[in-house]
Amino acid sequence: MKQSQFESRHQSDWQAFAQQLQALERGKSKPQHLDEFAGRYRHLCQHLALAEARGYSSLLVEQLQQLVMRGHQQLYRHRSPLGANLIRFVLGGFAQLVRREWRSLLTASLLFYGSLLGMGLLVYLFPELVYSVVDPEQVNQMEAMYDRDASRLGRFGERDSGDDWVMFGYYIMNNIGIAFQTFASGLLFGLGSLFFLFFNGLMIGAVAGHLTQIGSGQTFWSFVIGHGAFELTAITLAGAAGLKLGWALLAPGRWPRSEALRLAARQSVQLVAGAILLLLLAAFVEAYWSSMTSIGSTIKFAVGGGLWLLLASYFALAGRGRHAPH
Amino acid sequence: METPEGIDLILRPASLPPRALAFAVDLAIRGLLLGLLFIAFALLGKLGMGLGAIVTFLLTWWYMVLFEVLNQGRSPGKQLLGLRVVHDDGTPVGWAASLTRNLLRFVDFLPFAYGLGILSCLNHPAFKRLGDLAAGTLVVYQETPSPRPPLPPAEPLAAPFALSLDEQRAILAFAERQGSLSDERRQEVAALLAEPLQVAPEQAQAQLNAIARGLLGPT
Repeated sequence: MKQSQFESRHQSDWQAFAQQLQALERGKSKPQHLDEFAGRYRHLCQHLALAEARGYSSLLVEQLQQLVMRGHQQLYRHRSPLGANLIRFVLGGFAQLVRREWRSLLTASLLFYGSLLGMGLLVYLFPELVYSVVDPEQVNQMEAMYDRDASRLGRFGERDSGDDWVMFGYYIMNNIGIAFQTFASGLLFGLGSLFFLFFNGLMIGAVAGHLTQIGSGQTFWSFVIGHGAFELTAITLAGAAGLKLGWALLAPGRWPRSEALRLAARQSVQLVAGAILLLLLAAFVEAYWSSMTSIGSTIKFAVGGGLWLLLASYFALAGRGRHAPH
Repeated sequence: METPEGIDLILRPASLPPRALAFAVDLAIRGLLLGLLFIAFALLGKLGMGLGAIVTFLLTWWYMVLFEVLNQGRSPGKQLLGLRVVHDDGTPVGWAASLTRNLLRFVDFLPFAYGLGILSCLNHPAFKRLGDLAAGTLVVYQETPSPRPPLPPAEPLAAPFALSLDEQRAILAFAERQGSLSDERRQEVAALLAEPLQVAPEQAQAQLNAIARGLLGPT
């Protein structure tokens, strides 16, 4: 068959296919219009193969190739309905994932809480140590924030009380930024994550130890216990995700390093997604609950402890059922 | 890359310069947006401060992800440069892969000015930076349909002898692309074939066009 006959015979098919493609690419196509999509795509593939085998003009071949390429992208796209995935993730997938990655999580937690408690204890016993980790100016700020007479607690404590929004925005930006850094720097053979976990542990430990030592302990602990459950867990999760990346590079097992990295990243990014969710929760709790001073510290301790328990039981139990969403 | 239909698809990975340019464009757009928004938020007072923090956060970490997933793998800068992000198998990039490659941008940026990213990009056959390696993504050129020039008018003619496939393609390509060659060059190229076509060198070009017509349509 000559090229011009071939073209005139199939031109209308190609045009119809191109129109379907355009609708699909704009995300505006309706299911009933897609009946013939797969069939048309296979025809097109056959036409392309014919055109190549018969030595038709390279511009025609190129045109068909582009159509096939666009068709391929639409037909084989990885469907990820965000809403459904998110619900499945929250209902159990996240907890399953965390249980599966317990090794990296344990490492990250040991490092983070280890440096936190160690530094806290050191500063409590040798108060002047705090100045070797934290700026004197920052120490003063912290002291002012957790002053027992303050009407409003937290990093924006001195502001007037209506602006929970300011704090919400600030917490989200600051904390999720730290979590992202902790994760991403894990790509440097895990060193970055190790550093950020250790460093953040030191800072928090130093401040906690110092404040407890000067007698603001009750205000401080009742402030942090509520959102700490989510915030600290999220940081360790992000660190664990980073460590997993680093470990894939250090000990790729039977895979080539690039492949091991890709596989590890697929799991890690889910851990990070979980950490983001936890941090959003944490920012919410921190801005609207932890900073309230009208509530007695006993209640705060009770609620905070409850939140820790809740989180722990979620990770321990969620998604274990036989009919767990899969 | 071969598809399940047995068709070879051609993905052309984009090299460093267009990617760097696309990034510069995105950076400028984000800078401009932030500047404008901050002026607006400054008027709103404290609520504005909170919003400003959230917007900065969104623009820093989510700008690329949102555009890549929702706009066929193209941020505005990439769209301008004709690039797009796809998975290694040529399918449009999804949430997980896009999030991975854009979070790891932080490492690519180290130690300064995309040092590691550039090194990795220049050392990889498909120009992948570290984030692309981990996410399994590629930055490729967006395919644009090229117009098909009409063949020069000629009386269709059968070739004087049986042509192989490659010869057939070469003659068609010559006829279709002669618009981009100068007259002298066309003469020169066509004259190479004057002897096997058994015509005078001056008529070789017309003869080739006629044969191309003959290959396309009825003789």
